[in-house]
Amino acid sequence: MKRAAWCLPLLLSACAGPQQSALDPGGSHAQGTANLWWFFSVLLGIIFLLVFGAWLVPLFRRNRGVDSQLLEQTHRPPAATEWTLAKRVGAASGVTVLILFGLLVASIVTGHAVSQPQSRANGMVVEVTGNQWWWYVRYLNDDASRIVVTANEIHIPVGRPVLIRETSNDVIHSFWVPGLQGKTDLIPSRVTTQWIEANQAGRFRGQCAEFCGLQHAHMALWVVAEPEDKFESWMNNQLKTAVPPSTPDQVQGQQIFLNHACVLCHTISGTTAAGQVAPDLSHLASRFTIAAGTLPNTKGNLAGWIGDPQAVKPGNHMATLPLRSEEVQPLVDYLESLQ
Amino acid sequence: MTPAQSPPLTAPELEEREALRRAWQHPSGIVGWFSFATHQAIGMRYIVTAFVFLLIGGIEAIMMRLQLAVHDNTLLGPHLYNEIFTTHGTTMMFLFAVPVMEGMGVYLVPMMIGTRNVAFPRLNAFGYWMYLFGGLLLYAGMFVGTLPDAGWFAYPPLSGPQYSATKGVDLWAQMITFTEISAMCVAVELIVTILRLRAPNMTLNRIPIFCWSMLVQSFMVIFAMPAVMIASTVMLLNDRTIATHFVNPAEGGDPLMYQHVFWFFGHPEVYIIFLPALGMLSSILETHTRRRIFGYPAIVLSLVGTGFVAFGLWVHHMFATGLPQIGEDYFTAASMMIAITTGTQIFCWIATIWTGRLQLTAAMHFIFGFLFIFVIGGLTGVMLASVPLDLQVHDTFFVVAHFHYVLIGGALFPLFGAFHYWFPKFTGRLIGERLGKISFWILFVGFNLTFFPMHLLGLKGMPRRIYTYSAEMGWEPANMLATIGACTIALGGIVFMVNVIRSRKRGRVAGPDPWDASTLEWATASPPENFNFVRLPVVSSRTPMWTPAQDRVTVVGLRNDRREGLVTTLVDAQPHRRFVFAGPSIWPFLAAIGVTIGLAGSIVQFSWYYVAAALGTIAFIGWFWPRRPFEVQP
Amino acid sequence: MRILAALAGLLALTSCKEQRVDVRPSPARLAVFSGAARESEIQPGGSQSQPVVTNPVEGNAYAISEGQRLFNWYNCSGCHANGGGGIGPPLIKQVWTYGGEPANLFDTIIKGRPNGMPAWGGRIPEYQIWQIVAYVRSLNNLEPRTATPARADTLETRPGTIQNEVKGVTK
Repeated sequence: MKRAAWCLPLLLSACAGPQQSALDPGGSHAQGTANLWWFFSVLLGIIFLLVFGAWLVPLFRRNRGVDSQLLEQTHRPPAATEWTLAKRVGAASGVTVLILFGLLVASIVTGHAVSQPQSRANGMVVEVTGNQWWWYVRYLNDDASRIVVTANEIHIPVGRPVLIRETSNDVIHSFWVPGLQGKTDLIPSRVTTQWIEANQAGRFRGQCAEFCGLQHAHMALWVVAEPEDKFESWMNNQLKTAVPPSTPDQVQGQQIFLNHACVLCHTISGTTAAGQVAPDLSHLASRFTIAAGTLPNTKGNLAGWIGDPQAVKPGNHMATLPLRSEEVQPLVDYLESLQ
Repeated sequence: MTPAQSPPLTAPELEEREALRRAWQHPSGIVGWFSFATHQAIGMRYIVTAFVFLLIGGIEAIMMRLQLAVHDNTLLGPHLYNEIFTTHGTTMMFLFAVPVMEGMGVYLVPMMIGTRNVAFPRLNAFGYWMYLFGGLLLYAGMFVGTLPDAGWFAYPPLSGPQYSATKGVDLWAQMITFTEISAMCVAVELIVTILRLRAPNMTLNRIPIFCWSMLVQSFMVIFAMPAVMIASTVMLLNDRTIATHFVNPAEGGDPLMYQHVFWFFGHPEVYIIFLPALGMLSSILETHTRRRIFGYPAIVLSLVGTGFVAFGLWVHHMFATGLPQIGEDYFTAASMMIAITTGTQIFCWIATIWTGRLQLTAAMHFIFGFLFIFVIGGLTGVMLASVPLDLQVHDTFFVVAHFHYVLIGGALFPLFGAFHYWFPKFTGRLIGERLGKISFWILFVGFNLTFFPMHLLGLKGMPRRIYTYSAEMGWEPANMLATIGACTIALGGIVFMVNVIRSRKRGRVAGPDPWDASTLEWATASPPENFNFVRLPVVSSRTPMWTPAQDRVTVVGLRNDRREGLVTTLVDAQPHRRFVFAGPSIWPFLAAIGVTIGLAGSIVQFSWYYVAAALGTIAFIGWFWPRRPFEVQP
Repeated sequence: MRILAALAGLLALTSCKEQRVDVRPSPARLAVFSGAARESEIQPGGSQSQPVVTNPVEGNAYAISEGQRLFNWYNCSGCHANGGGGIGPPLIKQVWTYGGEPANLFDTIIKGRPNGMPAWGGRIPEYQIWQIVAYVRSLNNLEPRTATPARADTLETRPGTIQNEVKGVTK
């Protein structure tokens, strides 16, 4: 089919750009699903060609074998023909049932396999809470001193199963990282769970997949899969209190932060800022995007975001602060020092 | 297919026709126009109104596609985009797809079963006015600057009072009441009409497949529509206006309950749209292959089976919500099972075409288009039935592609084929074949250009309902293709409308039966008289019009000075008694006005429900006030 | 055709201010206002007339909904609960100590009041204070019905009655 040829460049271009394709798996769960997808599409593609071909044949055969005069008189073919047709239609329906049953078994087996990790040994639990329009992330730990709170960026060690426990603070969202696993909804008043596991290092982009309001389009997240040692060092860094300001600019920036509405919503550990309703900024500079994956984390972007959040994500809940122009630079300097 | 010749009317028949014309004439004047109660007039009003909503929904679609054509576009901001996709979905599903099928049913069913009108003509009119007022209510929001913006299924808590502050979602929820009342009116009257008003000897085994599909669809409406009224009006609207807590999680309400109740309706809804299209397809195919359709019992059982199984699939819209796995597996099985009933019908149609003499008219082109598009859609549906696959492509453009393939391919293409096929019956003129085929090809190519790339976009991670995306995602080329396709569809629609307008004015005049078809609607004049048949027919087979003219039997003895019809028994259609159809009346219109005032006001203040009750009571008293049936005075 | 264009133009103008969704605070609104209302008529040099300051987002549904969100986010509910009061006075009442007009409420929030009301001026941007003012007025049924949602309670801080837990995960 000519149309298939168009698919190829579009499919191949999945390789470029951020990895958010279900057909480019980075973990065993997504791999199983992708394999199932190929199985389904090849089989169903063949069925489509057979069915459509059967419809097209009369077009080309064009009424050969049909006794037009008899047909116009009786409007039905001879009984023997009808019986043959009945057998064929019955057989086709029977084959349909068998094929569907086979697909059902394949689907159930794959579904059960990809929803559980092969072994839960060495697993970890990450709690993700959806908000309009960002992701609150908390690494659970039996040792309370090792609980890490961050936002929008989840690091996981390669090869270890991770249970994501999900809920929402406001409306229904959906946690979806196509490279690693299918999606699960984040429903307020409920806790849902899913397992993810990466078997290769890399950055996997995810996006909210349940319409959640004005900025649903800009609610992305990143899952960074890294080797165990890098993950440990990331974890240890996140556990530290926020870096105190060192240069005079940064000191001034911290003062600006503490004097404005920022502290009403954000937290920076080690300061008096302890707001709970916006992303934790203690290690803002260690993340590579801001505004839930909307912009790369650079000083320029951060300045633009703080200066006019409504220009970047119109309708989002970050306050537009009455900052004077000379206050922006020190503030950005301070925030970008929070590794 | 040469047009069938119908024998000229004898002198007594001419007299009877004149008497019937007097008895069945429309009331005159403006008040008269609002009082029409013949099924052809009401059916045509449904179809025309639905078409206007199709155009509006199409404009909304073009706006969405223009916004998504390039990355980071600023044509529509997020709020406006949310309003546009919500009203697009709502208009297409509630204000176009279901009403147009109802309209075709209301128009064709009485003619196909050999009677003069639907069983409850005034209820028919009331249903139409409720539909019209519901659509106007939704778009009235435009005049106050608020349209619904929470999606066509409006999940709480997003659609609840805390996260959707403007009145748009209230308008949406109350509009549902209107359209569902309208659908239930049509369903009730079609069931009674099909079961009790058939021509004598038209046993259940002999009714046209289109009538079977409308019968099954009507039962589905009666079971499914109350669910959406509960979800939208009882649960969501009351949560928003009078602080109940059905689906408000802050007070123990459950957002998932809304989803269950909504999709309990939402899944049968698509089959409510789809089944009449299948019925129309069987009719068109029978005529265009010159043979009785193959496998009548199998097709009928498949329709009934589809109707039942459709109620057991709804959870496949909720696979991502964390439900128990064994429950989800059950719904995978059920969702795949429904492919069997549809597949059987397709195989029967293939068998019919293989052994018939195929006529390639414009209508037949649309049938072939249906097959190509719908089967692709059905197969992607089988993919979506599988839980692991669904969890990757749910709420992405893959689903958008799937449902447009099944809805446009499965319902809209057969509908366009039906317009081309029944155009001579509606208007008395044949529709242009050449322009019809051209419009088909433009629509077909445009449709595939628009929606096929969306499968790939979904697999590449593009979620639904996003107003923009960044360049680095690599989604722009496919989106641009889709936008070009959408404009092509618009062009095809324009060509179709041009064809309709030209053919109405200058098409070749058609007699009653230009296709030499098999079912009874072709025994009426083109366009039909208000009373359909001069003498009600008696049938002896599934293809009554293919009985030679000299062997056809008709009913005599009914009065022609008033609107009489014949009630027959349920299974064997033996004459039971005569009855009088209700005549034209202004009360259905007034009742609809009264109910509308009350329901629209209730969005703002609960006590307007009392106003609705009061006005409704007055109107229904007027409606049911006993009066003698209208008789033509000698 | 011209009629259609005229109608379309009319439509754009008829957007009711109650239902308008304006996410951008206009630039002037970002400035910190020093005061919107006077507490007293006493004035050296005779009384002076004062421009009447009205709430720019009075009666706007989106603003009231934002006000509700901010009322909780900025912890007004910490002292005033959901309007019934606790540590602080109730906000659903007939007699307002410092005046119940929008300008008075604005002043109260900006400047603070004796006995514990903090001064939020300079911290909360002015446009958000007007949204909170609109919300407080809506608690008292002083905003139009078409802009006020039904009473919506705050979400509990713990996951509610329906749980879907997975136990014993890491072992």
